[in-house]
Amino acid sequence: MELTTLAAGAIYLPLFTAFVLLFFGKRLESGALGDRLAGWTGWLASAAIGGSFAASIVLFFKVIAEPEHHREFVVKIFDWIRVGSFDVAFDLLVDPLSAVMLLVVTGVGTLIHVYSIGYMHGDDRYPRFFAYLNLFAASMLLLVLANNVLLLYVGWEGVGLCSYLLIGFWFEKPSASNAAKKAFIVNRIGDFAFLLGIFLLSTTVGSLTLGQINEHAGAMGAGIATIVSLLLFAGATGKSAQIPLYIWLPDAMEGPTPVSALIHAATMVTAGVYMVARLSPVFEAGDALVVVAWIGALTALWAALMAATEYDIKRVLAYSTVSQLGYMFLAHGVHAYSAGIFHLVTHAFFKALMFLCAGAVMHALAGETDMRKMGGLRKVMPITGLTFMAGWLAISGVVPFAGFFSKDAILASAWQQGRYALWAIGVATALLTAFYMSRMYFRVFEGRLKVPDGVHAHDAPWTMAAALVPLGVLAVVGGVINLPGALTLEHFLEPVVGESHVPEGLTPWLLAGAALAVAAMGILLARALYMTRSSSLRRRVLYARFGPLIDAARNKFYVDELYGRTIVLPGKRLAAFASDVVDARIVDGSITGIGRVMASFSEGFRRIQTGYVRSYALVFLLGAVAVLAVLVVRVS
Amino acid sequence: MNSVGPGYYLILSALMFTIGVLGVLVRRNAIVIFMFIELMLNAVNLAFVTFARMHGEVVGQVLVFFVLVVAAAEVVVGLAIILVMFRHRESANVDDVNLLKW
Repeated sequence: MELTTLAAGAIYLPLFTAFVLLFFGKRLESGALGDRLAGWTGWLASAAIGGSFAASIVLFFKVIAEPEHHREFVVKIFDWIRVGSFDVAFDLLVDPLSAVMLLVVTGVGTLIHVYSIGYMHGDDRYPRFFAYLNLFAASMLLLVLANNVLLLYVGWEGVGLCSYLLIGFWFEKPSASNAAKKAFIVNRIGDFAFLLGIFLLSTTVGSLTLGQINEHAGAMGAGIATIVSLLLFAGATGKSAQIPLYIWLPDAMEGPTPVSALIHAATMVTAGVYMVARLSPVFEAGDALVVVAWIGALTALWAALMAATEYDIKRVLAYSTVSQLGYMFLAHGVHAYSAGIFHLVTHAFFKALMFLCAGAVMHALAGETDMRKMGGLRKVMPITGLTFMAGWLAISGVVPFAGFFSKDAILASAWQQGRYALWAIGVATALLTAFYMSRMYFRVFEGRLKVPDGVHAHDAPWTMAAALVPLGVLAVVGGVINLPGALTLEHFLEPVVGESHVPEGLTPWLLAGAALAVAAMGILLARALYMTRSSSLRRRVLYARFGPLIDAARNKFYVDELYGRTIVLPGKRLAAFASDVVDARIVDGSITGIGRVMASFSEGFRRIQTGYVRSYALVFLLGAVAVLAVLVVRVS
Repeated sequence: MNSVGPGYYLILSALMFTIGVLGVLVRRNAIVIFMFIELMLNAVNLAFVTFARMHGEVVGQVLVFFVLVVAAAEVVVGLAIILVMFRHRESANVDDVNLLKW
């Protein structure tokens, strides 16, 4: 098939289905086919994204079939904005980077759609959920396929909107609608900076096309490049939940769990990572990468600390996502873009998997998310337990699971660049990662069977298991895509993001050994604290010593409160001032004031209308006399 | 005949007009007011004729006919109004019809 059909079809298919489901979903679901096959709209949506996945696979092989440095296709769809010399076309870019992203988005997306059929079964707004999911997929595909920054921004806002709609999907719950608003507003802050960055890019480079921007990035001067990069990165901190804008992601867990898996783990939150890699020449032209690296490293550590003390299984995973995204930015910050994308891909596998497992657990335990009320679930939910174990070992960085390779690539790159402080933070985070994930695994799946009262735990229905197993396999073997061989991811991405440098000789083995040792330490630590007979005693000793730190982490380091005091409260006061004083008094006051003055005027003047015909005649006479007088004065 | 110049006619016209105005302003009976209006119209007619004679022009005399016709029409309409008013109010006092105000 034609490239154009494939690329455009990959976007149009879920987009069209989304609108069909949005407008006719309820009717379709309750129609003749709905009676025979309940939930068939979910299958329809899954088929749409599955079609996109098929198109992505074909596209991927078309890209691979080309010789190494001709793997870039610009697909023209239509002219979009053409004003004078300003020309933005609706063009899609198919190259190695977008091909990889396509596969991740549609592949993981398809699995999560299928999973949702089971998970959302019986929900009142079942077709609407799938409409949103498909709309999200279309936006995300637009984001990764866009050939210019403006189109990318359209996708960027589209996924933000879908994120809002899906976090607040159960909007009857106040916490869900609040979380949706929080996510949207925090993202707007980042998006505003991102938009400013686009404007500055447009005025300095004179084009919004990705190819043009990256070609001329070096010519725009280090100062401007730094400012542009920082603005763009500020957008990425919003969408990809980095310090200081990460606060929305943990709250976003109010949404249905497939949403957390798809949007808030595998795809949307990686949009920032993708964008930085996509515009890497701009970042390379200035000095902003230092900031990127440090923000990434600090976010990784910071979020890992909070994950280690959280009891809500979904929030642990949310903090873990923030932390892992930090890793990706750390990779970008040390010029290792392909390592960042590699981690993005493996993370999409194992984090989506773990979210789906968490969803299966909640499904089995009537919505319970507190890990203190769970235990030994592996015995009653073998599929979920086993697949979660794969995810757990992958994220902890145990060889040969997927996470080991990608995390090791990032740490090795940091070391190679001589950024030992960043490397050390990365290693410390790896320790914490292994610890908190093991903690969660041990508490939920190992030990004595413990479920909330009156709940009969059971394994996931087959549609949910059908998504867990492939992702579990990918979490185990996902690392092979970057094993030295014929087609490594790193080599494949080289035409887009440039060559990456990895340490030579004995160093990589030592670094890998260190990472493994750290992972083992984390797991053993968790085992000592949660799996042995004296665990609770040890935890008490630990709490006695580090109580304040643990409490602070459990309270999210009071960041929400800090923002509440320093930003939200003054903002609310300003809004109150604007509405109660500026709007109510000054704007409304001046309008009603004019009206009131007019009213009082007419109050006085209406007395003229006496209703006595003789007084009118008198006025008439006076007027005639006045006219005459004027005429007389004029003439003489 | 010569001793009576146009000035006398004009003074008479002005006097008639002033009386008419005063009558309209002072009297309350609609019919009387009507009569004073006729007086004002005829004062104007007199001034027209005088000026026409002074300047040897025919326009003034022609205008008088127009005024007469309009006055006749006005009487028709006006008397009809007064009649209806009287039927409703049992009076021809113009101060009794003062509802159309404010």
